[in-house]
Amino acid sequence: MDNVFKALADPTRRKLLDRLHAENGQTLGALCEHLDMTRQAVTKHLVLLEEANLVVTVRKGREKLHYLNPVPIHEIYERWIGKFERHRLEAIHQLKTILEEKTDGSDE
Amino acid sequence: MEATSKPKFVYVTYISTTPEKLWEALTKADFTEKYWFGSRIESDWKVGSPFTIHTEVPDKDWKGKVLQCDPPRLLSYTFRVSGGAEHFTRVTILLEQHGPVVKLTLTHDELDEKDVKFFTGISGGWPAVLSNLKSLLEGGSPLVPRPC
Repeated sequence: MDNVFKALADPTRRKLLDRLHAENGQTLGALCEHLDMTRQAVTKHLVLLEEANLVVTVRKGREKLHYLNPVPIHEIYERWIGKFERHRLEAIHQLKTILEEKTDGSDE
Repeated sequence: MEATSKPKFVYVTYISTTPEKLWEALTKADFTEKYWFGSRIESDWKVGSPFTIHTEVPDKDWKGKVLQCDPPRLLSYTFRVSGGAEHFTRVTILLEQHGPVVKLTLTHDELDEKDVKFFTGISGGWPAVLSNLKSLLEGGSPLVPRPC
């Protein structure tokens, strides 16, 4: 679980996950388009995300597609959130979302 | 992993068990009930045979057929909600041994994006089903093994 938290502890890597959440199955080239950094730097971040099992890659022909894998995040959720807290947490989250006019938990 | 069409969702989990035990968990109806939130998967797992997910709601079973079955490595099936969409969706599950753990890769494609409700249900559903399955096979331990 350490590598999951380490991977998430970086704004660029969270942004990459946000981009995959918005559109799953992207190539490195597509992911680089909206980021002001070199391909090598983005590749490094993707490797860390892959090592943490937060990103999964699939080959399709000559393309390598990146997918957001939320399974480790779900395991964190399962570990600390009780069965009966879920509805209340959803209500609190919705309240916050409406008041802050955000549709996701992004940093921006 | 190689894909023929662009998958919509790809999920990976590492479970400390054997491919045989994991296969049993995926294909034995009584076992599936334990981690599928009350639903039960039934099939004789022969290629072309019917595949059914019995849900708690009568007449709302999900039905399809088995596309591939290669124990304990590869399983693929289609399904759709009865009386719902015309469209069949496809799930492929690949098991690979990585030392003491098994890597499970679940690919879900051929989804009808017009059916937004089903689509969002799927994207929220698989991580919960897979993490349930993992806890069950690992005896509730929160261990997250990571192969090299």
